[in-house]
Amino acid sequence: MTSLRTLFAACAALFLAACAGQQLRGTGDLGMVIERASGQVTLVNTSSRQAYARIDGLGDLSHASVVYSRDGRYAFVFGRDGGLSKVDLLEAKIVKRVIQSGNAIGGSISQDGRIVVAQNYTPGGIKAFDAETLELLSEVPAEYAPGKYSKVVGLADSPGNKFVYALFDGGEIWVSDFSNPRAPTTSRYPAGLQPYDGLVTPDGRYFLAGLFGEDGVAILDLWQPEKGARKILENYGRGQEKLPVFKMPHLRGWSVAQGKAYLPAIGRHEVLVVDVATWKEVGRIPVRGQPVFVMARPDGRQVWVNFAFPDNGKMDVIDTLAGKAVRAFEPGKGILHMEFSPRGEHLWLSARDDNKVLIIGTERFDTVGEIAAASPSGIFFTSRAARIGF
Amino acid sequence: MSRSSLVFALFSAFTAAASGAFAEASTAPTPARQKELVHLVRQDCGSCHGMTLQGGLGPALLPADLKDKPAEGLTATIYYGRPGTPMPPWKQFMTEAEAAWIVDQLMREFPK
Repeated sequence: MTSLRTLFAACAALFLAACAGQQLRGTGDLGMVIERASGQVTLVNTSSRQAYARIDGLGDLSHASVVYSRDGRYAFVFGRDGGLSKVDLLEAKIVKRVIQSGNAIGGSISQDGRIVVAQNYTPGGIKAFDAETLELLSEVPAEYAPGKYSKVVGLADSPGNKFVYALFDGGEIWVSDFSNPRAPTTSRYPAGLQPYDGLVTPDGRYFLAGLFGEDGVAILDLWQPEKGARKILENYGRGQEKLPVFKMPHLRGWSVAQGKAYLPAIGRHEVLVVDVATWKEVGRIPVRGQPVFVMARPDGRQVWVNFAFPDNGKMDVIDTLAGKAVRAFEPGKGILHMEFSPRGEHLWLSARDDNKVLIIGTERFDTVGEIAAASPSGIFFTSRAARIGF
Repeated sequence: MSRSSLVFALFSAFTAAASGAFAEASTAPTPARQKELVHLVRQDCGSCHGMTLQGGLGPALLPADLKDKPAEGLTATIYYGRPGTPMPPWKQFMTEAEAAWIVDQLMREFPK
């Protein structure tokens, strides 16, 4: 009798598997590569180190970014043209798509996973959507003075279904509380001249806004926001003339490693090192160009740096124990973005002008694989789903 | 007039005088060089202005956006940058005549 039941269960399982056309699987080792020129994305598997599907019809992806649902199954893709697409990684298809603005720059997802927020340049502000249906829930126009709207940068989620972001034109940090998703409340904090991007520290406590218009970084303690934003790293350029910046750096919580934040200097070929306990500068590391992404391996032992045009074929690797760059190489042409495998044994790099994604071992710096992709830019793995500030 | 706009106005006046001479003396870039410049504009200018030139942190650069702006001033903006804004000078990567060619292409419809 028991064996008959087992046999029946086995048959049922086989039948279900046949119906689904594929085996049940998780998504923890999956991800997405943006192919910016063709409006396509390639879905990838970080275990097999291969692409497994390609999806098109996502519009202008020239500065696209991606956040993940907390079950790691759905990717929310924010396109430059204001398109917001929800992609099912298992079925490899778009399940929902809306055009939510004229010109978007990215987005974030709430602590409870129910609200997806897009940050927009035109019209300047943020918009909140139901993560299930992509129905518009509410919006916060970035009107920093009567009739004046700012481009929004640096949007990051923080605990309590709050979103923090900076106003490039308005010079402020705003915190919007979406406890009631249809009626958010917003607090404003003066920050400094031309914030260009922002990050929330991995513990969710601090928001940092990098400033373009002045030397320094604005920091807001989200546990005591009433104290207001203050500046750190003031005058790091020491009055010296800035080098031209041919691409804006990007900030995100990946800059924090081993109790220190590694931040790109603006107009200087340096990575600035700040102690996260005191927020004082504790060092600066010379690198071979204007840093764009300064990204720590998940264990914090290494920090990988890529650069703005015309140095965008180079990469430097900082050893955080040695406190200096220990590896300098030229892995490809037009290195636009990178992403570590969830626990950091590999780094995936997009080499835009080589039309491929390179997979590099982070211990021996050997190339362990590559994937063909048309003008690849952003690479986003589902391990982002569980991180604060993404 | 702020200092940066004064500087810009001076550059514009300077290049307005200079670019007339350039236009007569120079010819369009070679086809191979044109291809490089188109790639530069789409990919690298595109990081701020958008790959489709519809704008981003930097303003949109489509014909409709530029039609009321003098070409000489735009050429100067590319070549010398625009102090007080994130627009850097691109003069180490192109000649002024090439900047003028880019402006000319932008004002029509920029090649793919």
